[in-house]
Amino acid sequence: MSVKRVGLPLMNVVKLRGTPILQQLLLEERLLRSSSANWCIVNDGTNLPNIVMGLSGKTCELVELEPVIRDGVPVIKRFTGGGTVVVDENTLFVSLICNRNDVPDVQPYPRSVMAWSGSLYSQVFNGIGDFQLRENDYVFGDRKFGGNAQSITRNRWIHHTSFLWDYSESNMAYLKLPSRVPQYRLERDHTDFVCRMKDYIERAGFIEKTIKAVGTQFMLKELSFDEIDDSCREHLETTRLLTLDELKETLAKTTQNESIAQAV
Amino acid sequence: MLKVVFYGTKKKKRKAKPPNPFLVKSIIILISRSVSALPLSLPDCCCCVSAFSLCFEISTKKMAARFLWASRVASHLRISIAQRGFASVVLKDLKYAESHEWVKIDGNKATFGITDHAQDHLGDVVYVELPDLGRSVSQGESFGAVESVKATSDINSPVSGKVVEVNEVLSESPGLVNTSPYEDGWIIKVELSDAEEAKKLMDSDKYSKFCEEEDAKH
Repeated sequence: MSVKRVGLPLMNVVKLRGTPILQQLLLEERLLRSSSANWCIVNDGTNLPNIVMGLSGKTCELVELEPVIRDGVPVIKRFTGGGTVVVDENTLFVSLICNRNDVPDVQPYPRSVMAWSGSLYSQVFNGIGDFQLRENDYVFGDRKFGGNAQSITRNRWIHHTSFLWDYSESNMAYLKLPSRVPQYRLERDHTDFVCRMKDYIERAGFIEKTIKAVGTQFMLKELSFDEIDDSCREHLETTRLLTLDELKETLAKTTQNESIAQAV
Repeated sequence: MLKVVFYGTKKKKRKAKPPNPFLVKSIIILISRSVSALPLSLPDCCCCVSAFSLCFEISTKKMAARFLWASRVASHLRISIAQRGFASVVLKDLKYAESHEWVKIDGNKATFGITDHAQDHLGDVVYVELPDLGRSVSQGESFGAVESVKATSDINSPVSGKVVEVNEVLSESPGLVNTSPYEDGWIIKVELSDAEEAKKLMDSDKYSKFCEEEDAKH
Protein backbone atom coordinates (compact mmCIF):
# COMPACT_ATOMS: atom_id res chain seq x y z
CA MET A 1 0.00 0.00 0.00
CA SER A 2 1.46 3.35 -0.96
CA VAL A 3 1.95 6.32 1.35
CA LYS A 4 -1.12 8.49 1.19
CA ARG A 5 -0.06 11.75 2.74
CA VAL A 6 3.02 13.25 4.30
CA GLY A 7 2.83 14.75 7.78
CA LEU A 8 0.05 12.51 9.12
CA PRO A 9 0.74 9.99 11.88
CA LEU A 10 1.53 6.48 10.73
CA MET A 11 -0.98 3.66 11.07
CA ASN A 12 -0.16 0.01 10.47
CA VAL A 13 -2.93 -1.85 8.68
CA VAL A 14 -3.26 -5.59 9.18
CA LYS A 15 -5.80 -7.45 7.08
CA LEU A 16 -6.86 -10.83 8.40
CA ARG A 17 -9.36 -13.33 7.16
CA GLY A 18 -10.93 -16.11 9.20
CA THR A 19 -8.57 -15.51 12.14
CA PRO A 20 -9.98 -17.01 15.36
CA ILE A 21 -11.54 -14.24 17.42
CA LEU A 22 -9.64 -15.24 20.58
CA GLN A 23 -6.36 -14.87 18.72
CA GLN A 24 -7.46 -11.50 17.33
CA LEU A 25 -8.46 -10.20 20.78
CA LEU A 26 -5.22 -11.37 22.40
CA LEU A 27 -3.28 -9.67 19.61
CA GLU A 28 -5.22 -6.43 20.10
CA GLU A 29 -4.72 -6.41 23.85
CA ARG A 30 -0.99 -6.98 23.36
CA LEU A 31 -0.72 -4.21 20.77
CA LEU A 32 -2.68 -1.79 22.94
CA ARG A 33 -0.48 -2.36 25.98
CA SER A 34 2.94 -3.21 24.53
CA SER A 35 3.18 -1.35 21.23
CA SER A 36 3.65 2.37 20.65
CA ALA A 37 2.34 2.33 17.08
CA ASN A 38 -1.14 2.96 15.71
CA TRP A 39 -2.93 -0.10 14.31
CA CYS A 40 -5.92 -0.82 12.14
CA ILE A 41 -6.84 -4.49 12.24
CA VAL A 42 -9.47 -5.84 9.90
CA ASN A 43 -10.61 -9.45 10.29
CA ASP A 44 -12.91 -10.56 7.50
CA GLY A 45 -14.91 -13.10 9.47
CA THR A 46 -13.77 -15.43 12.21
CA ASN A 47 -13.48 -19.18 11.69
CA LEU A 48 -16.07 -20.61 14.12
CA PRO A 49 -19.04 -19.30 16.11
CA ASN A 50 -17.91 -17.85 19.44
CA ILE A 51 -19.66 -15.88 22.16
CA VAL A 52 -17.71 -12.80 23.25
CA MET A 53 -18.58 -10.94 26.44
CA GLY A 54 -17.29 -7.61 27.76
CA LEU A 55 -15.03 -7.38 30.79
CA SER A 56 -17.85 -7.23 33.32
CA GLY A 57 -20.11 -9.73 31.61
CA LYS A 58 -21.71 -12.54 33.61
CA THR A 59 -22.54 -15.71 31.73
CA CYS A 60 -25.58 -16.49 33.87
CA GLU A 61 -27.15 -13.17 32.85
CA LEU A 62 -26.10 -13.00 29.21
CA VAL A 63 -25.82 -16.50 27.82
CA GLU A 64 -28.20 -19.45 27.45
CA LEU A 65 -25.78 -21.82 29.17
CA GLU A 66 -27.51 -25.16 28.47
CA PRO A 67 -27.41 -24.98 24.65
CA VAL A 68 -23.97 -23.31 24.73
CA ILE A 69 -22.53 -26.19 26.76
CA ARG A 70 -24.44 -28.79 24.75
CA ASP A 71 -23.18 -27.38 21.43
CA GLY A 72 -19.64 -26.65 22.65
CA VAL A 73 -19.73 -22.95 21.76
CA PRO A 74 -16.62 -21.18 23.11
CA VAL A 75 -17.28 -18.24 25.46
CA ILE A 76 -14.64 -15.53 25.65
CA LYS A 77 -14.32 -12.63 28.06
CA ARG A 78 -12.57 -9.74 26.31
CA PHE A 79 -10.54 -6.87 27.71
CA THR A 80 -12.85 -4.12 26.50
CA GLY A 81 -16.19 -3.05 27.91
CA GLY A 82 -19.57 -3.36 26.30
CA GLY A 83 -22.04 -6.11 25.64
CA THR A 84 -22.19 -9.70 24.43
CA VAL A 85 -22.08 -10.81 20.83
CA VAL A 86 -22.11 -14.11 18.98
CA VAL A 87 -19.62 -13.97 16.11
CA ASP A 88 -18.88 -16.25 13.17
CA GLU A 89 -17.64 -16.22 9.56
CA ASN A 90 -20.22 -13.57 8.72
CA THR A 91 -19.03 -11.06 11.29
CA LEU A 92 -16.56 -8.41 10.13
CA PHE A 93 -14.20 -6.87 12.64
CA VAL A 94 -12.48 -3.50 12.49
CA SER A 95 -10.22 -2.41 15.34
CA LEU A 96 -8.45 0.91 15.69
CA ILE A 97 -5.65 1.27 18.22
CA CYS A 98 -4.37 4.83 18.54
CA ASN A 99 -1.89 6.88 20.48
CA ARG A 100 -3.71 9.67 22.24
CA ASN A 101 -1.25 12.24 20.90
CA ASP A 102 -1.79 11.14 17.30
CA VAL A 103 -5.48 11.96 17.52
CA PRO A 104 -5.23 15.21 19.51
CA ASP A 105 -8.84 16.28 18.91
CA VAL A 106 -10.08 13.16 20.71
CA GLN A 107 -10.12 13.11 24.50
CA PRO A 108 -9.28 9.70 25.98
CA TYR A 109 -12.82 9.17 27.19
CA PRO A 110 -15.53 6.86 25.80
CA ARG A 111 -17.89 9.47 24.39
CA SER A 112 -15.13 11.40 22.62
CA VAL A 113 -13.67 8.25 21.05
CA MET A 114 -17.12 7.08 20.01
CA ALA A 115 -17.91 10.43 18.37
CA TRP A 116 -14.65 10.26 16.44
CA SER A 117 -15.35 6.75 15.20
CA GLY A 118 -18.91 7.73 14.31
CA SER A 119 -17.63 10.47 12.05
CA LEU A 120 -15.12 8.06 10.48
CA TYR A 121 -17.82 5.56 9.62
CA SER A 122 -20.10 8.33 8.39
CA GLN A 123 -17.60 8.64 5.55
CA VAL A 124 -17.81 4.88 4.90
CA PHE A 125 -21.60 4.76 4.88
CA ASN A 126 -22.15 8.11 3.23
CA GLY A 127 -25.36 7.85 1.23
CA ILE A 128 -25.95 4.26 2.34
CA GLY A 129 -29.07 3.50 4.33
CA ASP A 130 -29.93 5.84 7.16
CA PHE A 131 -26.58 5.36 8.92
CA GLN A 132 -26.24 6.78 12.41
CA LEU A 133 -24.30 6.36 15.58
CA ARG A 134 -27.11 5.78 18.03
CA GLU A 135 -26.38 5.36 21.75
CA ASN A 136 -23.00 3.77 20.99
CA ASP A 137 -24.31 1.43 18.24
CA TYR A 138 -24.05 1.75 14.47
CA VAL A 139 -27.53 1.53 12.99
CA PHE A 140 -29.41 1.82 9.75
CA GLY A 141 -32.55 3.57 10.88
CA ASP A 142 -33.30 1.96 14.21
CA ARG A 143 -31.70 -1.40 13.49
CA LYS A 144 -28.26 -2.21 14.82
CA PHE A 145 -25.62 -3.71 12.57
CA GLY A 146 -22.44 -2.75 14.44
CA GLY A 147 -21.52 -3.01 18.12
CA ASN A 148 -18.65 -1.06 19.64
CA ALA A 149 -16.35 -1.44 22.60
CA GLN A 150 -13.27 0.34 23.87
CA SER A 151 -10.39 0.11 26.25
CA ILE A 152 -8.56 3.24 27.32
CA THR A 153 -5.11 3.27 28.88
CA ARG A 154 -3.05 6.23 29.99
CA ASN A 155 -1.79 7.23 26.54
CA ARG A 156 -3.58 4.92 24.11
CA TRP A 157 -7.00 3.58 23.33
CA ILE A 158 -8.65 0.93 21.22
CA HIS A 159 -12.02 1.18 19.59
CA HIS A 160 -13.20 -2.05 18.01
CA THR A 161 -16.37 -2.91 16.20
CA SER A 162 -18.08 -6.13 15.20
CA PHE A 163 -20.22 -5.69 12.11
CA LEU A 164 -23.11 -8.04 11.35
CA TRP A 165 -22.51 -8.77 7.72
CA ASP A 166 -24.97 -11.60 8.14
CA TYR A 167 -26.10 -13.69 11.07
CA SER A 168 -27.85 -16.94 11.84
CA GLU A 169 -30.90 -16.84 14.05
CA SER A 170 -29.93 -20.12 15.65
CA ASN A 171 -26.67 -18.51 16.84
CA MET A 172 -28.57 -15.48 18.14
CA ALA A 173 -30.60 -17.87 20.28
CA TYR A 174 -27.49 -18.50 22.40
CA LEU A 175 -27.82 -14.99 23.82
CA LYS A 176 -30.22 -13.81 26.50
CA LEU A 177 -31.86 -10.41 26.39
CA PRO A 178 -29.43 -8.29 28.44
CA SER A 179 -30.57 -6.22 31.42
CA ARG A 180 -28.73 -3.14 30.16
CA VAL A 181 -30.05 -2.21 26.73
CA PRO A 182 -30.08 1.04 24.75
CA GLN A 183 -33.29 3.02 25.00
CA TYR A 184 -33.95 2.85 21.29
CA ARG A 185 -34.15 -0.96 21.49
CA LEU A 186 -37.70 -0.63 22.91
CA GLU A 187 -37.95 -4.22 24.19
CA ARG A 188 -37.41 -5.71 20.74
CA ASP A 189 -35.90 -9.17 20.61
CA HIS A 190 -32.63 -9.81 18.75
CA THR A 191 -34.15 -10.49 15.34
CA ASP A 192 -36.25 -7.30 15.38
CA PHE A 193 -33.42 -5.20 16.76
CA VAL A 194 -30.57 -6.06 14.38
CA CYS A 195 -30.17 -6.00 10.62
CA ARG A 196 -27.79 -7.49 8.07
CA MET A 197 -25.11 -5.27 6.59
CA LYS A 198 -25.10 -7.29 3.38
CA ASP A 199 -28.45 -5.74 2.53
CA TYR A 200 -26.74 -2.35 2.32
CA ILE A 201 -23.16 -2.65 1.09
CA GLU A 202 -20.78 -5.12 -0.58
CA ARG A 203 -18.34 -6.90 1.71
CA ALA A 204 -15.13 -6.04 -0.11
CA GLY A 205 -16.40 -2.52 -0.76
CA PHE A 206 -16.98 -1.95 2.97
CA ILE A 207 -13.44 -3.01 3.90
CA GLU A 208 -11.93 -0.87 1.15
CA LYS A 209 -13.99 2.18 2.12
CA THR A 210 -13.10 1.76 5.80
CA ILE A 211 -9.38 1.67 5.10
CA LYS A 212 -9.75 4.64 2.79
CA ALA A 213 -11.57 6.60 5.53
CA VAL A 214 -8.79 5.78 8.01
CA GLY A 215 -6.33 6.98 5.35
CA THR A 216 -7.82 10.50 5.51
CA GLN A 217 -6.35 10.88 9.00
CA PHE A 218 -3.33 8.59 8.97
CA MET A 219 -0.47 7.57 6.69
CA LEU A 220 -1.14 3.89 6.05
CA LYS A 221 1.37 1.05 5.97
CA GLU A 222 0.16 -2.48 5.36
CA LEU A 223 1.71 -5.31 7.35
CA SER A 224 1.04 -9.02 7.30
CA PHE A 225 0.26 -10.89 10.53
CA ASP A 226 3.77 -12.40 10.53
CA GLU A 227 5.40 -8.98 10.31
CA ILE A 228 3.90 -7.82 13.60
CA ASP A 229 6.66 -7.46 16.18
CA ASP A 230 5.82 -9.81 19.03
CA SER A 231 9.02 -9.29 20.98
CA CYS A 232 7.23 -7.27 23.70
CA ARG A 233 5.03 -9.75 25.51
CA GLU A 234 4.99 -8.51 29.10
CA HIS A 235 1.64 -6.98 29.77
CA LEU A 236 -1.50 -7.52 31.78
CA GLU A 237 -3.65 -10.00 29.83
CA THR A 238 -7.33 -10.06 30.73
CA THR A 239 -8.85 -11.61 27.60
CA ARG A 240 -9.51 -15.31 28.19
CA LEU A 241 -11.52 -18.29 27.15
CA LEU A 242 -13.88 -19.47 29.87
CA THR A 243 -13.42 -23.15 30.72
CA LEU A 244 -16.12 -25.78 30.39
CA ASP A 245 -15.94 -26.34 34.16
CA GLU A 246 -16.63 -22.65 34.77
CA LEU A 247 -19.66 -22.73 32.48
CA LYS A 248 -21.01 -25.89 34.11
CA GLU A 249 -20.48 -24.50 37.59
CA THR A 250 -22.34 -21.32 36.66
CA LEU A 251 -25.18 -23.35 35.16
CA ALA A 252 -25.44 -25.48 38.29
CA LYS A 253 -25.58 -22.40 40.54
CA THR A 254 -28.16 -20.71 38.30
CA THR A 255 -30.34 -23.82 38.28
CA GLN A 256 -30.08 -24.11 42.06
CA ASN A 257 -31.01 -20.44 42.55
CA GLU A 258 -33.99 -20.78 40.22
CA SER A 259 -35.18 -23.89 42.11
CA ILE A 260 -34.96 -22.07 45.42
CA ALA A 261 -36.78 -19.04 43.98
CA GLN A 262 -39.56 -21.29 42.67
CA ALA A 263 -39.86 -23.14 45.97
CA VAL A 264 -40.21 -19.84 47.84
CA MET B 1 -58.11 32.85 88.81
CA LEU B 2 -56.62 30.88 85.91
CA LYS B 3 -52.90 30.54 86.16
CA VAL B 4 -51.10 30.22 82.87
CA VAL B 5 -47.65 28.75 82.91
CA PHE B 6 -45.39 29.01 79.95
CA TYR B 7 -42.74 26.45 79.57
CA GLY B 8 -39.72 27.65 77.66
CA THR B 9 -37.86 25.27 75.32
CA LYS B 10 -34.12 25.05 75.24
CA LYS B 11 -32.74 25.31 71.74
CA LYS B 12 -30.51 22.34 71.12
CA LYS B 13 -27.20 23.20 69.55
CA ARG B 14 -26.76 20.91 66.61
CA LYS B 15 -23.32 19.96 65.50
CA ALA B 16 -22.79 21.42 62.04
CA LYS B 17 -22.34 18.70 59.46
CA PRO B 18 -19.83 19.42 56.75
CA PRO B 19 -21.75 20.29 53.59
CA ASN B 20 -21.81 17.73 50.81
CA PRO B 21 -19.61 19.25 48.09
CA PHE B 22 -21.66 17.57 45.36
CA LEU B 23 -24.86 19.14 46.68
CA VAL B 24 -23.10 22.49 46.69
CA LYS B 25 -21.85 21.85 43.16
CA SER B 26 -25.39 21.08 42.03
CA ILE B 27 -26.68 24.31 43.61
CA ILE B 28 -23.87 26.32 42.02
CA ILE B 29 -24.66 24.77 38.62
CA LEU B 30 -28.35 25.58 39.06
CA ILE B 31 -27.68 29.22 39.92
CA SER B 32 -25.07 29.65 37.17
CA ARG B 33 -27.47 28.27 34.59
CA SER B 34 -30.41 30.36 35.81
CA VAL B 35 -28.94 33.48 34.22
CA SER B 36 -28.29 31.75 30.91
CA ALA B 37 -32.00 31.56 30.02
CA LEU B 38 -32.09 34.97 28.38
CA PRO B 39 -33.16 36.03 24.89
CA LEU B 40 -30.11 36.11 22.64
CA SER B 41 -31.49 37.72 19.51
CA LEU B 42 -31.26 41.50 19.16
CA PRO B 43 -34.59 43.27 18.70
CA ASP B 44 -34.88 45.91 15.94
CA CYS B 45 -36.23 49.10 17.52
CA CYS B 46 -34.00 51.52 19.42
CA CYS B 47 -35.97 51.41 22.62
CA CYS B 48 -35.88 47.62 22.54
CA VAL B 49 -32.12 47.72 21.94
CA SER B 50 -31.74 50.04 24.93
CA ALA B 51 -33.94 47.81 27.03
CA PHE B 52 -32.04 44.77 25.85
CA SER B 53 -28.67 46.45 26.60
CA LEU B 54 -29.91 47.32 30.06
CA CYS B 55 -31.11 43.76 30.61
CA PHE B 56 -27.82 42.39 29.34
CA GLU B 57 -25.86 44.70 31.64
CA ILE B 58 -28.01 43.75 34.60
CA SER B 59 -27.78 40.05 33.80
CA THR B 60 -23.99 40.27 33.33
CA LYS B 61 -23.66 42.00 36.71
CA LYS B 62 -25.96 39.42 38.25
CA MET B 63 -23.94 36.61 36.70
CA ALA B 64 -20.71 38.11 38.01
CA ALA B 65 -22.24 38.57 41.46
CA ARG B 66 -23.49 35.01 41.49
CA PHE B 67 -20.13 33.67 40.39
CA LEU B 68 -18.46 35.72 43.13
CA TRP B 69 -20.94 34.25 45.64
CA ALA B 70 -20.27 30.76 44.30
CA SER B 71 -16.50 31.31 44.56
CA ARG B 72 -16.81 32.55 48.15
CA VAL B 73 -18.97 29.58 49.12
CA ALA B 74 -16.56 27.19 47.46
CA SER B 75 -13.60 28.82 49.19
CA HIS B 76 -15.35 28.56 52.57
CA LEU B 77 -16.05 24.89 51.91
CA ARG B 78 -12.47 24.21 50.79
CA ILE B 79 -13.47 23.17 47.29
CA SER B 80 -12.18 24.61 44.03
CA ILE B 81 -14.30 25.54 41.07
CA ALA B 82 -12.99 26.54 37.66
CA GLN B 83 -13.81 29.77 35.88
CA ARG B 84 -16.69 28.15 34.00
CA GLY B 85 -18.52 28.04 37.31
CA PHE B 86 -19.72 24.47 37.00
CA ALA B 87 -16.56 22.45 36.54
CA SER B 88 -15.46 19.45 38.55
CA VAL B 89 -15.23 19.33 42.29
CA VAL B 90 -11.62 19.36 43.47
CA LEU B 91 -10.86 18.96 47.16
CA LYS B 92 -8.08 21.06 48.59
CA ASP B 93 -6.52 18.54 50.95
CA LEU B 94 -5.83 15.87 48.31
CA LYS B 95 -3.10 15.34 45.74
CA TYR B 96 -3.80 14.63 42.09
CA ALA B 97 -2.23 12.76 39.19
CA GLU B 98 -2.40 13.86 35.55
CA SER B 99 -4.31 10.68 34.82
CA HIS B 100 -7.10 11.99 37.09
CA GLU B 101 -6.67 9.93 40.22
CA TRP B 102 -6.68 11.51 43.67
CA VAL B 103 -4.72 10.38 46.69
CA LYS B 104 -5.14 11.11 50.39
CA ILE B 105 -2.02 10.43 52.40
CA ASP B 106 -2.27 9.57 56.07
CA GLY B 107 1.10 8.68 57.57
CA ASN B 108 2.46 5.73 55.60
CA LYS B 109 -0.95 4.83 54.15
CA ALA B 110 -2.69 6.30 51.13
CA THR B 111 -6.23 6.08 49.77
CA PHE B 112 -6.88 6.40 46.03
CA GLY B 113 -9.82 7.03 43.80
CA ILE B 114 -10.70 8.77 40.55
CA THR B 115 -11.59 12.43 40.50
CA ASP B 116 -14.91 14.11 39.87
CA HIS B 117 -13.52 15.31 36.53
CA ALA B 118 -12.77 11.72 35.52
CA GLN B 119 -16.10 10.28 36.59
CA ASP B 120 -17.93 13.08 34.80
CA HIS B 121 -16.12 12.36 31.53
CA LEU B 122 -16.38 8.59 31.85
CA GLY B 123 -20.13 8.44 32.32
CA ASP B 124 -22.04 5.95 34.46
CA VAL B 125 -19.61 3.43 35.92
CA VAL B 126 -21.07 -0.06 35.76
CA TYR B 127 -18.10 -2.12 36.96
CA VAL B 128 -14.86 -1.67 38.87
CA GLU B 129 -12.01 -4.16 38.43
CA LEU B 130 -10.23 -4.25 41.79
CA PRO B 131 -6.70 -5.53 42.40
CA ASP B 132 -5.86 -8.37 44.78
CA LEU B 133 -4.79 -7.62 48.33
CA GLY B 134 -1.05 -7.66 48.79
CA ARG B 135 -0.34 -6.70 45.19
CA SER B 136 2.31 -4.07 44.54
CA VAL B 137 1.37 -0.95 42.62
CA SER B 138 3.78 1.48 40.98
CA GLN B 139 3.37 5.19 40.40
CA GLY B 140 1.85 5.83 36.98
CA GLU B 141 1.08 2.16 36.30
CA SER B 142 -2.36 0.63 35.93
CA PHE B 143 -3.72 -1.40 38.84
CA GLY B 144 -7.36 -1.79 37.90
CA ALA B 145 -10.08 -0.52 35.61
CA VAL B 146 -13.54 0.98 35.54
CA GLU B 147 -16.12 0.16 32.92
CA SER B 148 -18.50 2.79 31.61
CA VAL B 149 -20.32 3.39 28.32
CA LYS B 150 -18.86 0.27 26.69
CA ALA B 151 -15.30 1.20 27.62
CA THR B 152 -12.83 -0.08 30.18
CA SER B 153 -10.55 2.69 31.42
CA ASP B 154 -7.38 2.02 33.34
CA ILE B 155 -7.00 3.31 36.86
CA ASN B 156 -3.38 4.32 37.40
CA SER B 157 -1.63 4.38 40.72
CA PRO B 158 -0.69 7.92 41.85
CA VAL B 159 2.02 6.55 44.19
CA SER B 160 3.79 3.23 44.72
CA GLY B 161 2.97 0.79 47.48
CA LYS B 162 1.29 -2.45 48.51
CA VAL B 163 -2.48 -2.89 48.40
CA VAL B 164 -3.79 -3.34 51.96
CA GLU B 165 -7.50 -2.73 51.41
CA VAL B 166 -9.92 -2.60 48.49
CA ASN B 167 -13.39 -1.09 48.50
CA GLU B 168 -15.46 -4.27 48.14
CA VAL B 169 -18.67 -2.21 48.20
CA LEU B 170 -17.87 -1.13 44.63
CA SER B 171 -18.51 -4.69 43.43
CA GLU B 172 -22.19 -4.25 44.25
CA SER B 173 -22.41 -0.47 43.90
CA PRO B 174 -19.98 0.70 41.19
CA GLY B 175 -22.02 3.91 40.81
CA LEU B 176 -20.49 5.22 44.04
CA VAL B 177 -17.52 6.20 41.88
CA ASN B 178 -19.87 8.67 40.17
CA THR B 179 -21.94 9.87 43.11
CA SER B 180 -19.19 10.03 45.73
CA PRO B 181 -15.78 9.88 44.03
CA TYR B 182 -13.86 11.30 47.00
CA GLU B 183 -15.64 9.51 49.82
CA ASP B 184 -17.71 6.35 49.43
CA GLY B 185 -16.25 5.79 45.94
CA TRP B 186 -12.65 5.32 47.13
CA ILE B 187 -11.03 2.41 45.33
CA ILE B 188 -7.98 1.09 47.19
CA LYS B 189 -5.73 1.78 50.16
CA VAL B 190 -2.00 1.13 50.02
CA GLU B 191 0.98 1.08 52.32
CA LEU B 192 3.38 3.58 50.78
CA SER B 193 6.78 2.42 49.61
CA ASP B 194 8.13 5.90 48.85
CA ALA B 195 6.48 8.89 50.51
CA GLU B 196 8.59 11.28 48.39
CA GLU B 197 6.64 10.31 45.28
CA ALA B 198 3.73 12.44 46.46
CA LYS B 199 5.80 15.54 45.69
CA LYS B 200 5.46 14.78 41.98
CA LEU B 201 1.67 15.12 42.23
CA MET B 202 -0.41 18.25 41.79
CA ASP B 203 -2.17 20.20 44.50
CA SER B 204 -5.81 21.18 44.03
CA ASP B 205 -5.15 24.52 42.36
CA LYS B 206 -2.71 23.05 39.84
CA TYR B 207 -5.07 20.17 39.16
CA SER B 208 -8.03 22.50 38.61
CA LYS B 209 -6.00 24.46 36.12
CA PHE B 210 -4.79 21.23 34.49
CA CYS B 211 -8.40 20.11 33.97
CA GLU B 212 -9.40 23.47 32.53
CA GLU B 213 -6.51 23.42 30.07
CA GLU B 214 -7.24 19.85 29.07
CA ASP B 215 -10.91 20.56 28.42
CA ALA B 216 -10.11 23.80 26.60
CA LYS B 217 -8.10 21.89 24.00
CA HIS B 218 -11.19 19.98 22.86
